[in-house]
Amino acid sequence: MISAPDVVAFTREEELEDELYREPPLPEEYSVPLFPFASHGANPWAKVAGSKFTRDFILISEFSEQVGPQPLLTIPDDAKVSGTFDLNYFSLRIMSVDYQASFVGHPPGSAYPKLNFVEDSKVVLGDSKEGAFAYVHHLTLYDLEARGFVRPFCMAYISADEHKIMQQFQELSAEFSKASECLKTGNRKAFANELEKKLKDLDYTRTVLHNETEIQKKANDKGYYTTQAIEKANELASVEKSIIEHQDLLKQIRSYPYRKLKEADFHPYEPDCALDQANAGCGQDLTTSDPAEPGEPPLYAHLPSYTPKLIKAKSAKCFDKKLKTLEELCDIYFFTQTLDQLHHIERTFRGDVCYLLTDQISRALLKQQSVTNFLFEDVSFLDEKPPEKQYRGCQGLSQDAIERKCLEESPAPKVVISLGSYKSSVESVPIKMEQEIEDSQEPTMSESVTFEHQENLDYLDADIKGSISSGESIEVLGTEKSTSGLTKSDSQASLPVSPSPQAGRSKVGSRRTVSEDSIEVLSTCPSESLIPEDFKASYPSAINEEPYADDEEGGLRFTPKLTPDNADEQEDISKEENLVQVDSACCIGKESPSFLDPLPDVGQKPCDEDGVIRIPPQPYRQAEPGLRGSFGGFPSHDGISGGLLPYELDSRYLSGSREVSKSSLDECSDSTSYISSAASTCSDRTPSPAHPACPASERHKKKAGQNALRFIRQYPFAHPAIYSLLSGRTLIVLGEEEAIVKKLVTALSIFVPNCGVYAKPVKHWVTSPLHLVDFQKWKLIGLQRTVSPAGVNVLHALSRYSRYVSILDADSKTLRCPLYKGTLVSRLADHRTQIKRGSTYYMHVQSILTQLCSKAFLFTFCHHLHLPISEREPEESVVTRRMNFLKLQLGLANEDIKIVRYLAELLKLQYIQEPGQGVSPLLRFDYVPSFLYKI
Amino acid sequence: KSSVQTIGEEQIQNPYTELLVLKGHQDIVRFLVQIDDCRFASAGDDGIIFLWNAQTGEKLFELQGHTHKITAIASFSSSDASEEKKNLILTASADRTVIVWDCTSGRQVQKVSCFHSTVKCLTVLQRLDVWLSGGSDLCVWNQKLDLLCKTSHLTDAGISALIELPKNCVAAAVGKELIIFRLIAPNDESEAWNILEVKRLVDHQDNILSLVNVNDLTFVTGSHVGELIVWDALDWTKQASECNFWDSSVHSDAQPEIKLSQSPNETSVQHLTSDEECVFAAVGKGIYVYHLQMKRVIACQRTAHDSSVLHIEKLPNRQLISCSEDGSVRIWELKEKQQLPAEPVPTGFFNMWGFGRANKQANQAAKKMQETTAVYFLELVGDLIGHSSAVQMFLSFGELGLATCSADHLIILWKDGERESRLRSLTVFQKLAQNGDLQLKV
Repeated sequence: MISAPDVVAFTREEELEDELYREPPLPEEYSVPLFPFASHGANPWAKVAGSKFTRDFILISEFSEQVGPQPLLTIPDDAKVSGTFDLNYFSLRIMSVDYQASFVGHPPGSAYPKLNFVEDSKVVLGDSKEGAFAYVHHLTLYDLEARGFVRPFCMAYISADEHKIMQQFQELSAEFSKASECLKTGNRKAFANELEKKLKDLDYTRTVLHNETEIQKKANDKGYYTTQAIEKANELASVEKSIIEHQDLLKQIRSYPYRKLKEADFHPYEPDCALDQANAGCGQDLTTSDPAEPGEPPLYAHLPSYTPKLIKAKSAKCFDKKLKTLEELCDIYFFTQTLDQLHHIERTFRGDVCYLLTDQISRALLKQQSVTNFLFEDVSFLDEKPPEKQYRGCQGLSQDAIERKCLEESPAPKVVISLGSYKSSVESVPIKMEQEIEDSQEPTMSESVTFEHQENLDYLDADIKGSISSGESIEVLGTEKSTSGLTKSDSQASLPVSPSPQAGRSKVGSRRTVSEDSIEVLSTCPSESLIPEDFKASYPSAINEEPYADDEEGGLRFTPKLTPDNADEQEDISKEENLVQVDSACCIGKESPSFLDPLPDVGQKPCDEDGVIRIPPQPYRQAEPGLRGSFGGFPSHDGISGGLLPYELDSRYLSGSREVSKSSLDECSDSTSYISSAASTCSDRTPSPAHPACPASERHKKKAGQNALRFIRQYPFAHPAIYSLLSGRTLIVLGEEEAIVKKLVTALSIFVPNCGVYAKPVKHWVTSPLHLVDFQKWKLIGLQRTVSPAGVNVLHALSRYSRYVSILDADSKTLRCPLYKGTLVSRLADHRTQIKRGSTYYMHVQSILTQLCSKAFLFTFCHHLHLPISEREPEESVVTRRMNFLKLQLGLANEDIKIVRYLAELLKLQYIQEPGQGVSPLLRFDYVPSFLYKI
Repeated sequence: KSSVQTIGEEQIQNPYTELLVLKGHQDIVRFLVQIDDCRFASAGDDGIIFLWNAQTGEKLFELQGHTHKITAIASFSSSDASEEKKNLILTASADRTVIVWDCTSGRQVQKVSCFHSTVKCLTVLQRLDVWLSGGSDLCVWNQKLDLLCKTSHLTDAGISALIELPKNCVAAAVGKELIIFRLIAPNDESEAWNILEVKRLVDHQDNILSLVNVNDLTFVTGSHVGELIVWDALDWTKQASECNFWDSSVHSDAQPEIKLSQSPNETSVQHLTSDEECVFAAVGKGIYVYHLQMKRVIACQRTAHDSSVLHIEKLPNRQLISCSEDGSVRIWELKEKQQLPAEPVPTGFFNMWGFGRANKQANQAAKKMQETTAVYFLELVGDLIGHSSAVQMFLSFGELGLATCSADHLIILWKDGERESRLRSLTVFQKLAQNGDLQLKV
């Protein structure tokens, strides 16, 4: 609502330029330096110029032990996307990053091969030659037939926009971690399954061999062994050894979740186990060689169908056999889940980074308006929990005291702070600083990861097998996620790691590895700052270690705070003063100490041994300028306005010659409308807004906006109709044709305030007579007009209840509704508006409605407007004061007052609503005469 | 074309600008009874009784126990010295049972099922701490549901209405007859309760439909053919009667529309209510105001509704509310005419139609009155449209609002929007204070 991606393409469009010339020229100080390449028709935002692909995509590659790095699949799976971009070459690049994920075979001092539970690594790569930048997420999958049982893979988000990768590093990391965890979970399942089969094979082989040996023994009474017999005995011995080895492997792979459980930041989800059991049929835990494992179902019972095969002594050479594909490596359910997640990532990060950022910021801001945001915001939008980081990041904007409270516990400086300091060339990036910041954000993000798992509707849509509820499966994804994205690979273990957590904290956890050619490793994952205890887990030798719960006690104490269920509560909790010390910030600090001092000048080392951190509020206020800078600096790319406050910048930059010195509410909204109108004409090239959660709703918005535009242009009585909706009077769109009615309903639905946080009170199509209850429930109804007797009833009911409704007749183009003489709606729906695009108009509407919400908020929560100041004050004087406030302070005229009062009523109802109970379905109405409007 | 007075959409005096629809019943809701200041019970043909909060519209209890429709309901507040005041409700049903419910716990206290016929009316004599059930006979019960005494079988049709009269008497409407019973409480001479028939009044030509107390000295009855009789409550004599008052010719201010043959439905006295001065009668589609002192109809709205008026109630503020089979509720105000009374319609006009002498006399009398006293009229100040079927009854909670029940299975709570808005604000600030959000956070 606050953001307007359209506006950034301002200088580009020809038609707009014409329009601009008609405007009086800009004063010099406001003029925007033209993009140097504008004359060549280059899109200043398409830094992609050199790149060979048209849009961002996700690439999954493997370092095959047979053929080396190879691309496996891209998302979207469309050849057009990657274009002429050399995927093979890029696979080589991204896989050649020093990622020693796997430890192979027998470690010294161990009798059996050990599985290495490797954490993922996350790096950002830039290939300036190719014009491609990538977030690369390395992961390792297990394959019994592979060398060392591991197969290195990587998932890369490839974009031409380096800023995007850097800006969205946390989000990408979080999202990819989800995908990775999902994939790995499925892989473990498949691997365990494979081991099962192999064990049976071995068992069978042993039996066969044993029998043969026995036969030979019997046949042979010479008293010495033939070579044949010795061979057989050797073979048997090796099979026996192999069985033990495989059993051990199975035990290891199966112990993974339990081992993870013991880690401090591992969320012990109950549903996890439930799912495991539920999934047992799908073949996860197919062993029970180890009775010590708690809660294991007897497993052989689950796979009665497998027929063991005899294993030949000499298996094929590894290069002869065909390696398993990615699908084969992973349980199919989890594989599809992973693909869904990757598609989700692709959708989420589609579009220009500036859009993503503004979107994140506006969401974060909206999220804070918990009292009013339900009115006009998308319900799904609110339900969806935006990554915590954004939330925090944007708190820098708010300056009042309450917000600062929240700020105190958000130690993460906004990642956007780094924006301004980036230059387009990779080499000059001051990595150190960025890395620090990003590190610092990482854990926060990871927490929100699990959180989103539960909320993610995409997952809910995914196909679900059997009786497993998707909710449970989602939680499984969360359970085994890599611990806060901290990589624990061997390579990183070799990095300078400070021996104590404290020391680690003060250490700057970033490094820069420049590899040959044009590949730059901009940042490695934040693993360097690991708490040493955590490392234990990642070392191969640590797999069978005893639990080290004692070490983790400090961390454990905070786990409840970290669980996603509580994430929402954290906001509330944060309000309570006494809890400030124990808030999520502490947990963050515990997990990744390196960031604790994001702004070095503060000089705080606020972490003590048990993980309780005192975060002083200062750093976050300091972070604000950075945020501002990012606001301004980014779209222009010339850093013209680093120091400007965001709103100043926006207004001046975007509203052209309009006077914006006065920043009263009205003025702002005027300029907003102008912005939108200007932008609408020229924003073809702007990235299509991709709503992270629900692209469908984005389409819907666009369509609704378009229809609404058409409506206000087509119908001269649009204003009273919109007034009806805003003031809570049900509007009925009456018509014969369903399509026309539905179109009108869609158009008008953007003006309907929500009554609660549930669904919009809009009913698109009704064919039966309406009752009073319907008006209580729905505020916008599409009604069928028929000539049948039933239709007569419908009309009769309408005329009976005519006092509660406004009726828009789509067939005869008439409107019957109360008079509107206010001024608000004319700003909202000006039929001469210059806005041409639906989404732009939608945003225009949203901005005006937000303004309206703020008025309603003020009105609702001003104590003396509703209650007497002194006890003896008569009610009349309160009423007078109230009216004066509405008229003078809020500048409302005539019917606009009714709109604000209605919204205030909704706010009150929402506020006083008891949790668990819905808002009681009230119907408020006025006894006012209606008029018939005709075209 | 209907001559019903209508009011436009602009109703300045209508305070009811907010409504709550209470859903729960599955059949016609016929009865509403007030329990205390903010609670009421509803009952109807589905045999279920609901208790509601009149302020919030919250459903408090759903009382299930009857298998047939409810035929009578009465609220009863027991005044045991030992306990705190307990609110009970009595319900009678076509399944020939009466159940006593506790309104606080929502539980069934006791059930009586020894009736030979359906109990059609229930009356609580608070003073004697007994209650009466009227069916084909009249029974007297105490609070513990012991049958104290009963009359002999009176009629198959059963008692249709029952009111309490002074001196431990009750009046029961049985068909066309009005029977006065005297209740004898236990005293020094006898331990037992007894009920005696004292008098039978047979002045009505048709079934008595409504029976209502005006004050300690007077009660009124109305019958199916439009007779209204005012009785002395002490000696049960007829004080006044009005038989043809629904006739348009009686009233000088009536529209010159004459119906020669009124169908009985249009003249039946459906419901009566009264204040100290007047009796308000719902007669057919019309509302009539009968002045007790003047012994005449002082104002009327002959077609107040599109169909029969089912219930009528006088509010303290000179307003009158009526509800009707047409699904609407209307609010009337009894006003004095400011201007001089209209010229009386020339008698000759009526003579043309050949009216009898009695009417003429009444007309004369009316004219005389007009010269000396003020003239009243009923002005429509608002209507409430919400129900899609006949509104059976309503219950006024004063400031809290108005509850209406209807054949469309719904109960609607009509509220003063301004007041509700104020109350909500108050709640908001209370909650803010509770949450500590009012304090400035630094």
